[in-house]
Amino acid sequence: MQKLGMGQAVNQALREEMHRDPNVFIAGEGVGVSIHLNPMFPTHGLLEEFGPGRVKDTPVSEAAIAGLAVGAAEAGLRPVVEIMFNPFFTLASDMIVNHAAKLRYLSGGKSTFPLVVRMKSGAGFGAGCQHSHNLEAWAAHCPGLKVVMPATAADAKGLLKSAIRDDNPVIFIEHMGLYFAPMPVPENDYLTPIGQAEVKRPGTDVTVVTWSGMLGVAMAAAEKLAQEGVSVEIVDLRTLVPLDKETILTSVAKTGRLVVLHEATRTGGFGGEIAAVVMEEGFNLLKAPLRRVTGPDIPVPASPPLERFYIPDDEQLITAIKEIL
Amino acid sequence: MKISAEKQKEMLWTMLLSRHFEDELTELCKIEGKIPGMMILSTGQEAVGSGACAALEPEDVIITNHRSHNHLLAKGADPNTLMAEIYCKRTGCNKGKSGTLHLAVPEVNAPCTSTVVGAGPPIAVGRAFAQQYKGEQRVTVCFFGDGAAAEGSVHEAMNLAALWRLPVIFICENNVYAGAQRYEEHAPNPSMADRASAYAMPGEAVDGNDALAVYQAVREARERALAGEGPSLIECRTYRCRGHGEADPQHYQPKEEIRAWKEKCPIPRLRDDLLAQGLITAADVQAMDDRAEALVKEAVRFAEDSPYPSPEEALEDVFA
Repeated sequence: MQKLGMGQAVNQALREEMHRDPNVFIAGEGVGVSIHLNPMFPTHGLLEEFGPGRVKDTPVSEAAIAGLAVGAAEAGLRPVVEIMFNPFFTLASDMIVNHAAKLRYLSGGKSTFPLVVRMKSGAGFGAGCQHSHNLEAWAAHCPGLKVVMPATAADAKGLLKSAIRDDNPVIFIEHMGLYFAPMPVPENDYLTPIGQAEVKRPGTDVTVVTWSGMLGVAMAAAEKLAQEGVSVEIVDLRTLVPLDKETILTSVAKTGRLVVLHEATRTGGFGGEIAAVVMEEGFNLLKAPLRRVTGPDIPVPASPPLERFYIPDDEQLITAIKEIL
Repeated sequence: MKISAEKQKEMLWTMLLSRHFEDELTELCKIEGKIPGMMILSTGQEAVGSGACAALEPEDVIITNHRSHNHLLAKGADPNTLMAEIYCKRTGCNKGKSGTLHLAVPEVNAPCTSTVVGAGPPIAVGRAFAQQYKGEQRVTVCFFGDGAAAEGSVHEAMNLAALWRLPVIFICENNVYAGAQRYEEHAPNPSMADRASAYAMPGEAVDGNDALAVYQAVREARERALAGEGPSLIECRTYRCRGHGEADPQHYQPKEEIRAWKEKCPIPRLRDDLLAQGLITAADVQAMDDRAEALVKEAVRFAEDSPYPSPEEALEDVFA
């Protein structure tokens, strides 16, 4: 099986979908001629392959990029637009929150908006808080948007292909930390369903629910705990909206314990939503109080020791697990 | 450009229909509990939507804003389902989900009324991009107010549209007031049309109470767009005769100013022009007026007789 970074997997998904469907086009700042002449980046080489008619470099105009997607999607195209970094979602948010997400509802179901907004996210690059800020909970809080955050390159390919074929607006968040780590990716055309979590590691003592860049942290913690005889089951959400409650509750029924792990800040984070779902629908399954391991309630700092402090690590997860064992 | 008699009559007709429709809404708003939510009217500004839409083909697209009734009726929206939607009834064009403010009528290529001021232009850019991408000989018209022009999104949209030579016609309906602020209190340049030069596109200011002038400017902009020459900006200078909404007492608008503009009403202006040209008779005008009145009465009857949606219908239409 080929081994690809997540950026390359995204690239393959875009290439395959653009070949499959002439209505698919991509747009964004530097999606064609990029400052990064780097094959590990998601849109590398697509301008050469598909030409400037379908690979649209835009001015630095997030509202216009998102508006382009909304208008074009309503007309039956399938735009995949890039908002360079997750914090720049704020600049595109009127188009995404008030329009992409709501216009179907406001039309009484007459119009559909099959668009994908791709964004890079994740701390760990010393870029500071205006480039590193995970805002998935904002998007998930907005009815009408699907929110996808793959943790593996294989899922990124399959989920992006599903997102492009989905008739709804999909927010697709890629963790930059996964762009450069080669992972196995099937070479064939396959779809990973949106809305299905996956048990990435089976276990019996505690469930860790996580997504995106934190899957690696969870795997490392599980490996260490296995040496001590603790069996950790890891559920990778893959999609936040729609939320696969069943996989979470099935796992909690098996282990009786839950820790939610995410990189985003704690207050109002999506971990709170999962905790609430389990309290409401699976309280009797719990043998111990659940725990959240998250980024602290601070903007992501730039200095390496400060940034490392920000990002949840396997030791924090192990501590939280041990508290409830 | 010679404007056909048929087109001139069409403009008079959609203005009359629109005026009856909105005058009726003004009356209905006085009845407690009749119409839910806000009511924002374009009374006195009908020459803009009616003139612009007459210059379009059915397949052309309009993106409109909170002052949308005239634009939508002029584009051919059904008064019955429009009125029912304003009543928030199940038979409304959006099943009661949008109400008066967000009317979406995709069947007449009017897919979006955005009440977020300045949000229309980026969406119009997307719609026009799709027309260009598919190689359609179509244009998208975006109506926005002078107040909206202060939003950054309007700049972003014009910049991108001009850069990519998209078939968009930006129509700034300059009605002098943005909320309670007079034009000169929110815009430093007395000419909105001047902004076009910043994007190297044609910009023109027309008398927004002259439907024929609006028609002519839009028709020319449409021809340029179809020839691949990209977007245009047309500033239609008109006046907001009603308040920002029907609850607005217009205390900041001088009474004599309102009166003076009412005297410049676009409807008798076009009517008299048509009569002078001998294109219609007084009896024709009366017949049009009667028919518009009857259609609006019928629309009100349809809306009143229609049921509200059942509460659980609120859960429908979120996702495709």
